[in-house]
Amino acid sequence: MTSQEQRLSAQKTQDQIFRGSTRFFAFLVLVLLAGIIASLIWGAMPALKAFGFHFLLNGEWNPVTEQFGGLNSIVGTLLSSFIALLIGVPVSFGIAIFLTELSPVWLRRPLGMAIELLAGVPSIIYGMWGLFIFAPWFADNIQPKLSGWTEGIPLLGPLFQGPPMGIGMFTAGLILSIMVIPFIASVMRDVFEVVPAMLKESAYGLGCTTWEVVWNVVLPYTKNGVIGGVMLGLGRALGETMAVTFVIGNAQRSIESLFDPATSIAATLANEFTEATGELHTGALIELGLLLFVITFIVLSLSKLLLLRLQRNEGANS
Amino acid sequence: MNLYFRRRLVNYISLALSLLAMAFGLFWLLWILYTLLKNGLGGLTPALLYLETPAPGSHGGLSNAIVGSLAMAGMGTLIGTPIGILAGTYLAEFGHRGWLAPTTRFINDILLSAPSIVIGLFIYEVYVRQVGHFSGWAGAFALSLLVIPVVVRTTENMLRLVPNAMREAAYALGAPQWKMVLLVSLRAAKAGVVTGVLLAVARISGETAPLLFTSLNNQFFSNMNQPMANLPVVIFQYAMSPYEDWHALAWAGSLLIGVFVLGINILARTLVRNPSQN
Repeated sequence: MTSQEQRLSAQKTQDQIFRGSTRFFAFLVLVLLAGIIASLIWGAMPALKAFGFHFLLNGEWNPVTEQFGGLNSIVGTLLSSFIALLIGVPVSFGIAIFLTELSPVWLRRPLGMAIELLAGVPSIIYGMWGLFIFAPWFADNIQPKLSGWTEGIPLLGPLFQGPPMGIGMFTAGLILSIMVIPFIASVMRDVFEVVPAMLKESAYGLGCTTWEVVWNVVLPYTKNGVIGGVMLGLGRALGETMAVTFVIGNAQRSIESLFDPATSIAATLANEFTEATGELHTGALIELGLLLFVITFIVLSLSKLLLLRLQRNEGANS
Repeated sequence: MNLYFRRRLVNYISLALSLLAMAFGLFWLLWILYTLLKNGLGGLTPALLYLETPAPGSHGGLSNAIVGSLAMAGMGTLIGTPIGILAGTYLAEFGHRGWLAPTTRFINDILLSAPSIVIGLFIYEVYVRQVGHFSGWAGAFALSLLVIPVVVRTTENMLRLVPNAMREAAYALGAPQWKMVLLVSLRAAKAGVVTGVLLAVARISGETAPLLFTSLNNQFFSNMNQPMANLPVVIFQYAMSPYEDWHALAWAGSLLIGVFVLGINILARTLVRNPSQN
């Protein structure tokens, strides 16, 4: 073998080692996911064995008698995220329209950055602000009015009754909505920007107003991406821990009004996990964590698939 | 005319609502920042940096929590970054065929938004429970798992911006693959990769949930093998307490974290402006 050949074969092994190691770490990401699911199932075993499917439907959570049911926490997680989307989606839509259609060009970057900074604020700060500043203000100024306005209206009325304490399900949903707005708004802005200028200009040329262009051209074109963004926001809202723990009230009970203190999966975990005694209590908490992970996994997968489909269509059209 | 008028009206109303939505978003940001400054600035004294976390009623600072946070965030970044960069390199440079790259990309994007409290549970199960005690290392591991997806994502995106002609030029000169990737691709994408790492640091610096069950908390200085104090958990504990002086410390800590995290965010965003233009 000449020295040239030797060097070439040495390079070949080096390349193989390098490629192999990058592949190994890519594979490690997959292993991580499998590991998370497996370890949670393993940890939840005592509770899974003891309660089975009944865990999902049982609202009783009593560490003293070792009766555990996840219903209150699950409902709390889903309901607070639902409120967050109800408020957050229209606002994000408005912000995305503002950033892509209305704002002067020189303002787009700073404003977009400001909205993204909202996503950068650590959740513990949302929590402290929510508990010490927002909740008292909300209880004094907004809650009594909301109760007054909705009183007597069937279906809607009972949701907004109860003592104005500031903390509770509604406050948690509201603060969650502020936290998911930057995520949803920046996805919406990004997908709005991929709409070909030709399409929009054609509509403007026919005499459409800005709103008609957005509603009839931009939105149908980016439908999948918009839903994907909403799902991404939902995924974030479901798993949010600290902000919710501060303001939701942490009460293990079923709620009648949105102003009642409640709990969510993440809040229950944050509050009880380190103090849990006994296998069953820990197991039940880990089972809640497993449920949370499975729910967010499904929601985020849907979001990802929808966004991927938008990308593919884009490729086909251009 | 009537129809024309109505269309214009609808347009104006919807655009006004859009303006309102923008104001709504900015309003919360400004309110939160104002609160943070108003309540936190008073507590920013030098004592914060050299006194340990106090018992209720006595005078103290946050020094051990600050050091703990820095240690765990630092270790988490050190562990997570190389893994993230290598995995991201695979996705961008070698993952053109086969099932591994698309699957990893998909899973990585999900891990990016997965609830961080579940990551804490995972580390509790596989590490804390096995060694039998909470520790700073467990916290660092949990944080490193949050670093990985962020770094993978940005590394891949930034490597994709590197023009193929540069790769081909390196190959044409006879460079082996690993040299091409390390000295050409990754070097060209350096600013972007650094941005990714910065964003990851910003993200983990404020994370509380994964530390609750891993590093726990400590009233004193400790090494990485013991339960370790850290700012977010101290803030959580102090804010939930009934003591006024603890609240003041919690606000000061929040201000520290807030300024740090938002500062890094802004820095990262001004950095990322360049790489596509270079």
